[in-house]
Amino acid sequence: MKKLIIDNKEYKSRLILGTGKYKDFKETEAAIKSSSCEMVTVAIRRMNIGQDTESENLLEFISPEKYTILPNTAGCYTARDAIRTCEIASELLGGKKLVKLEVLSQSKNLFPNVVETLKAAEILVNKDFKVMVYTTDDPIVAKELENIGCECVMPLGSAIGSGRGIINKFNISEIVENANVPIIVDAGVGTASDACIAMELGCDGVLMNTAIASAKNPILMASAMKDAVISGYNAFHAGRIEIKDKASPSSPISGLVTGE
Amino acid sequence: MKVLLNNKSTLLDDGLTIKRLLDQIDIKHKYFAVEVNEQIVPKSNHDSFHIKEGDKIEIVTAIGGG
Repeated sequence: MKKLIIDNKEYKSRLILGTGKYKDFKETEAAIKSSSCEMVTVAIRRMNIGQDTESENLLEFISPEKYTILPNTAGCYTARDAIRTCEIASELLGGKKLVKLEVLSQSKNLFPNVVETLKAAEILVNKDFKVMVYTTDDPIVAKELENIGCECVMPLGSAIGSGRGIINKFNISEIVENANVPIIVDAGVGTASDACIAMELGCDGVLMNTAIASAKNPILMASAMKDAVISGYNAFHAGRIEIKDKASPSSPISGLVTGE
Repeated sequence: MKVLLNNKSTLLDDGLTIKRLLDQIDIKHKYFAVEVNEQIVPKSNHDSFHIKEGDKIEIVTAIGGG
């Protein structure tokens, strides 16, 4: 079984958590602990001067010494804005270069703008950023992003926050088969079985936020997701049986006491 | 002098450094970055960087997000 290595660091957990939509920092922290994840995403935003300046910061709860902090470019609609956000994130995190590149197209579906994503990825890789890139489930685009030098390719399962799961399993399998970098399903997970399916398809990990943060009990859901990712991963490597059209008995058909 | 601080028109003392501005704002944690006119001002330069009239200053932090 292949180790998950991102930016020269090995991860035991294959689950990455977003930190948005939680009730408060305490709940975020508890969900992260319950999930046993080692990497979390954060957003980069203007400080509310006079408000944020006096209150606690997320990173005081989720320590960069303990967790890998993956700053995202969520909310950026152009390569230029995404690159600028990555530069700011790097300064904010003491020169760290690992980023989640996400360039969006339309607010109603939050699909990635693939053209701008490719542009941004190339520039960021040339600036020595380690790019984990959110993209569509198009196998050709995924391979192109790998060829550009992205650290991980992260196709969507379905639209961000939709909870619709993995809509195109065939495409995700195709991306996994062709890949030489980790493939992490990012977005669309609704419940534990979705995370499990992503891993059963051979993905290297799953990134999720809403499915946990907006669950009725986020702490319990975080634990369910942890187990689902492990189960799916093990099932993939155990090798599933062939799907058949006809039944096949599990018990021997001979030696029945009622038989001859 | 008049500057744009986090997209808000703000009056600051002439020749203020980034360091002095940050002291005035009094941020209680270390997780922030500063940009002036879309150029990052590294932490090591906060003391020597003098703000000018019309500068566009951004003070940015990390918040919850997916």
